[in-house]
Amino acid sequence: MLLKCVLRDLQEEEEEEAGKNLLQVHLNGLLQTDDRIALKEITRQLHLENVVGDKVFGSFAENLSFLLEALKKGDRSSSRPVLFVLDEFDLFAAHKNQTLLYNLLDVSQSAQAPVAVVGVTCRLDVLELLEKRVKSRFSHRQIHLLSDPTFAEYLGRVRTRLGLPDHFPDGRFAADWNASVETLCEDKSVEEVLRRHFNSSKDFRSLHVLLMLCLSRVSVAKPSIRPADLLEASRLCFADAKANMLHGLSILELCLIIAMKHLNDVYEGEPFNLQMVHNEFKKFLQRKSNSMYNFDPPVILKAFEHLQQLEMIRPVDSSSAKTQREYQLMRLMLDHSQIMEALQKYPQCPTEVKQWAMSAFG
Amino acid sequence: MSALLQHGGYEEESLRRVTGQLPCRDVQAGLLLSLMGPPHQYSYPSIFIYGHRSSGKSHVMHVLLKELELPHATVGCVECLSVAVLFEQVLLSFFGCDAASLLPRSPSLSDFVRVYRQQRSQCPSKQTRYIVMEKAELLRDADANLLPALLRLQELVEDNVTVVLLSEIVWDKFRPNTGCFEPLLLHFPDYSKGELQQVLSRDKHPSYSAEFYSSYINILLGVFFSVCRDLRELRHLAALNFPKFCEPLAEGKVKETDAHKLWRNIEPHLKKAMRTVYLREVSSLQWEQMQQTEERDTAAVRGLSAHTHVELPYYSKFLLIAAYLASYNPARTDKRFFLKHHGKIRKTNFLKKNEKTSNHLLGPKPFPLDRLLAIFYSVVDSRVAPTASIFSQISSLVTLQLLTQVSHADQLDAPKYKCAVSMDFICAISRCVCTCFLIHGSRRENRIVQVNGPFTSFLLKENVFFL
Repeated sequence: MLLKCVLRDLQEEEEEEAGKNLLQVHLNGLLQTDDRIALKEITRQLHLENVVGDKVFGSFAENLSFLLEALKKGDRSSSRPVLFVLDEFDLFAAHKNQTLLYNLLDVSQSAQAPVAVVGVTCRLDVLELLEKRVKSRFSHRQIHLLSDPTFAEYLGRVRTRLGLPDHFPDGRFAADWNASVETLCEDKSVEEVLRRHFNSSKDFRSLHVLLMLCLSRVSVAKPSIRPADLLEASRLCFADAKANMLHGLSILELCLIIAMKHLNDVYEGEPFNLQMVHNEFKKFLQRKSNSMYNFDPPVILKAFEHLQQLEMIRPVDSSSAKTQREYQLMRLMLDHSQIMEALQKYPQCPTEVKQWAMSAFG
Repeated sequence: MSALLQHGGYEEESLRRVTGQLPCRDVQAGLLLSLMGPPHQYSYPSIFIYGHRSSGKSHVMHVLLKELELPHATVGCVECLSVAVLFEQVLLSFFGCDAASLLPRSPSLSDFVRVYRQQRSQCPSKQTRYIVMEKAELLRDADANLLPALLRLQELVEDNVTVVLLSEIVWDKFRPNTGCFEPLLLHFPDYSKGELQQVLSRDKHPSYSAEFYSSYINILLGVFFSVCRDLRELRHLAALNFPKFCEPLAEGKVKETDAHKLWRNIEPHLKKAMRTVYLREVSSLQWEQMQQTEERDTAAVRGLSAHTHVELPYYSKFLLIAAYLASYNPARTDKRFFLKHHGKIRKTNFLKKNEKTSNHLLGPKPFPLDRLLAIFYSVVDSRVAPTASIFSQISSLVTLQLLTQVSHADQLDAPKYKCAVSMDFICAISRCVCTCFLIHGSRRENRIVQVNGPFTSFLLKENVFFL
């Protein structure tokens, strides 16, 4: 975003030669996953498709130099400057031999043509990813956009994002809204919630998600944000997804998970299979002597497979051909505390199931 | 209820229609609607909706998009064997088939974004465009750059587009290692028992009253709720079993309000359904035919599992029993069980670490062919010559997948096998051959011992079962 603003300013400022002359090539690591594709994209963005035509080039370097030659203006003394912007720069470093990077940086270093290369990435160690020959051609000019706000600055950001700008059409509404935002930020519970978010992650995006969820509760009937909205939005952000999914399981599946938990406790994390889980479940049924949960083995197998589809259990190795389904070893992907928490929230959980879960010896 | 779905950007009439089609999903629909915002404004670049199967995710999205007439493209990721299908579908829905034909033969993401940008500059969007991807967990198996690019699509194509991912797997399992743009996470909770009752009662039969149908649903939920909460399965079961429920009413034996008699009539039927239709052992057509022929003697339903329909020749049955004994008994006990005069047995407390868990829990062990034949000859009570027909029966057992071959197919002289059937199957088979087996299970070993025939009685320990 910063880059876009700068480029826009540059073009607006210098209306004569430089602004109009500058050619920009924007490449993105996510889209151009290969050097060939990148080269085609460069050709396209420089509008040189008809010049290249059907030529076959021996190497990447030849192709690139041909393109840059073609940019030379009429009097052959100068050529148009080209600015290469590489988004997701670290993904380009994963290409084979890093040819694109090598050639681009080579051209920019050797002053054959006026070329500038700007890379944008979110990895701090991106220089480690570059090969030696590429790294040596890099001018080592880095601009770090690290933001490290304090909590007060964080609160200030919340205020600015939520507040309406001055040029909003309805002035009175804007004034009321901004006043309500001020009172909101001074509320104690709101500050606690924001501090919790600040402690978990300081970056802008997670703040955005929180504010977005919060604003979605504003409507024509209720034109202001209340602390309760922020609390609700925070609860949605911090909800444990797996616990939410555990909430929707049937009782049989829940009993199977508790049996797996007991197996994990007794055997300390060794993988289990369906027969072992069924055995554990049968021990529970024998003790409780109620016939409500006496299901046939195929029904239990279906419940087990449903859990596998939800990826709550995962096979230890993926060779499913040799062993039968009932004997394939699996691991549980849930944590002890997640299961216990989900049990508390489970609707209409039978007491004997709860007691079984909390007993120490299965 | 309609008060929840009020939004300035959309017509009241269509919102009312939406509420009518989405029972028990008002909260989620309202949240989605407020996140979508007025159609001409940009909304959040990507939204991830997760929840159990049949919790209404696709249904809510589709109803909202159709009734409010927003431009959208629905892609089922199951159909997208290659990304080309995905790209074509999106371009087709938004810009027509001319745009879709602009894509090259095997398009990359770069081509897709380029064509999209071209089309977008020709027809800019006045409303937010939505791309809905169902079963999004399959996107994880595609190229590594596809998922992060889709999450950022709004930024890459510079258009008012939002990608909505629907899945039943949680987002934590999607996140790529190097991070990506985090979508907005929304959870669709499962239906509670009351809500299920409410939704299922909507399919009421025209010739019966609503209370009658909802009492039927109540009984159905009582039987199936602890096992299955999937709305689609329950609807299917409700539709299949309703004629049986109405039978006594049609015959004039009971009145509508006679709940107890109706319950007594339907309950064993539902229990049988759980063993068959729910497990897809019989098809729905077979089930309906069964109900019509009124078999009172509960003849065995011809299910899909092996033990109900495979008829084996005489010696194959013995071979299978011998294979089961070979798989589940440790080799050193063979001498004791299958020889007439086995001499003294030294009690060895030496047990390998794995044998501490019962063999029945760990699964069958492989055994060589010689051992199988040795046990076979001691189990069969008549003299059998080792002809080729015996060996060919072993091969056919492998083809039927009742035995699995563990060794490599090239190894011809000492092949190894494993028994692939359960104890129930063996019990069913041994009943046919009229022998009597003792299953003696202790904590350390499970021994299956044959009692009749040339063997004398053995010492019996605890946990003895007769067949």
